[in-house]
Amino acid sequence: MAEVTAKQVLFEPILNNNPIALQILGICSALAVTSSMSVTLVMALSVILVTAFSNMAVSLVRKQIPNSIRIIVQMTIIASLVIVVDQVLRAYAYEISKQLSVFVGLIITNCIVMGRAEGFAMNNGPVLSFLDGIGNGLGYSVLLVVVAFFRELIGSGSLMGITILPAVNDGGWYVPNGLLLLPPSAFFIIGLIIWALRAAKPEQVEAPDFKLSRHKVKEAF
Amino acid sequence: MAIRQFLDGIEHHFEQGGKYERWYALYEAVDTIFYTPGRVTSATAHVRDGVDLKRIMITVWLCTFPAMFFGMWNIGYQANSFLASHPDAMMGDGGLRTAFISALAGNNPGSVWDNMVYGLAYFVPIYAATFIVGGFWEVLFATVRRHEVNEGFFVTSVLFALICPPTIPLWQVALGISFGVVIGKEVFGGTGKNFLNPALAGRAFLYFAYPAQISGDQVWTAVDGFSGATALSWAASGGVEALQQHIGWMSAFLGSIQGSMGETSTLAVLIGGVILLVMKIASYRIVGGVLLGMVGTSLLLNAIGSDTNPMFNVPPHWHLVVGGFAFGMMFMATDPVSSAMTNTGKWCFGILVGLMTVLIRVVNPAFPEGIMLAILFGNLFAPLMDHYVVQANIKRRLARA
Repeated sequence: MAEVTAKQVLFEPILNNNPIALQILGICSALAVTSSMSVTLVMALSVILVTAFSNMAVSLVRKQIPNSIRIIVQMTIIASLVIVVDQVLRAYAYEISKQLSVFVGLIITNCIVMGRAEGFAMNNGPVLSFLDGIGNGLGYSVLLVVVAFFRELIGSGSLMGITILPAVNDGGWYVPNGLLLLPPSAFFIIGLIIWALRAAKPEQVEAPDFKLSRHKVKEAF
Repeated sequence: MAIRQFLDGIEHHFEQGGKYERWYALYEAVDTIFYTPGRVTSATAHVRDGVDLKRIMITVWLCTFPAMFFGMWNIGYQANSFLASHPDAMMGDGGLRTAFISALAGNNPGSVWDNMVYGLAYFVPIYAATFIVGGFWEVLFATVRRHEVNEGFFVTSVLFALICPPTIPLWQVALGISFGVVIGKEVFGGTGKNFLNPALAGRAFLYFAYPAQISGDQVWTAVDGFSGATALSWAASGGVEALQQHIGWMSAFLGSIQGSMGETSTLAVLIGGVILLVMKIASYRIVGGVLLGMVGTSLLLNAIGSDTNPMFNVPPHWHLVVGGFAFGMMFMATDPVSSAMTNTGKWCFGILVGLMTVLIRVVNPAFPEGIMLAILFGNLFAPLMDHYVVQANIKRRLARA
């Protein structure tokens, strides 16, 4: 991990090494908070902040942490940051924090935050780690916002709470698709995004687990 | 033989290097509809038989015909009976369908012709929408991925159309079959690699996306403003007494009740199903397992009993005839791709489906019908069951060695 530039750590995670689409991390919160755009944006911002600052903090103390208890130290740092974010949201955006409910608290267990602290910040300087946190947070956010865009638009006919497609019940023509309001629909959308991404970038396709062997011997009769 | 000559004449355009190389899948599909495929098995097959995938699928398709034609009659019968007792209710949807029906037939519920025309006006557009939209996806994937268009789609499309309610909007039909074919089957590699039944995946999509148009009391009869309870909702509110009072076992068995288009008549489904069983296309192990699971679970629940939930007391012979149980058991659970492959696995799969169907019907108040979700649930476990059956066999033979 020697020659990483600031530009690389900032932009690689958005398309080429997306934490959700390539590493398949942080899926649970992606299912839970993407039913409306405004909630998703707040969640995305929280994750960016937590990842960036926890990365920086872990990187600052990385030489002092005894190896055997490093996970505990990282968790403590991450948890403190999450509590700060949670308290700020409750103070200044109470309605949205109620909609996010436990999922702000669950950022602590988000594999992306933990993974970057352990995988990147433990080996790199604070500035680079900070940028890496922002980059990975952005990668997570981009995917979340795309998922939320489709879920809110198709599921309730609106974006950011503003009606785009007037629903039948309110005298419009659009029949909202109830499935897109249920969390599993995020699986379908993430799956389709991964399909599109890997079709565009074939190097992201995983090697198959096994191959069907071809039959070589001609028939006996 | 003129068709053969014509097809041979144009074949070179579609082979590699030809003008229309990209459209080989289409050529192949048309060719093999008319004639037996020219290729024979070249891999290590141990059984040689005149039956191929195409014949199997067409047979299943033909076996749905009793249920399909009975379903059409029943759509008309239900609608015309309602119209006879409510003269001010509006017939049909007020558009082309109404015009078609009134041009060709009257509204006498006793007349087979009147009922059939009414049913035709509802079933055919739904089936056509399924076939055209689903067929479009099939051909698109076959062309891009360069595999053959598969006849499995004949079955998927007819099964999907038969499990829709007659009043479902056509755009929802198109959306549902698109989901079933693309997400349920093609993303996993096409026929033979799907782990879910595509027709049921499509219906489950509609069920969760647009519950108002596919469940409840208003969608089962094709008359505007109609509302009436289905057999399962009678059972949920009043148990066996309500079923006997409002419907009667014989009419539920024969099928003159409300429900999705092809599933009401247990008799018609069984006629097709028995043909499939005799021809060994449907596995008797799966069908037997589903029956066994259903009978066992409902007897158990009868013995437990409940003062608050009348569904507990519904006996097995009623579970068989209400809802889509018979249709699911004969045509959906026996899907050779998404069910278990090993013999023991098939029994386990069937029993799990039967058990889950009754459990969902009786214990879960959110879903009145259970067979669709039960089969999808069983589909998910089928590979695991096969895995353990194979492992057990390996272990047994190793111990013997």
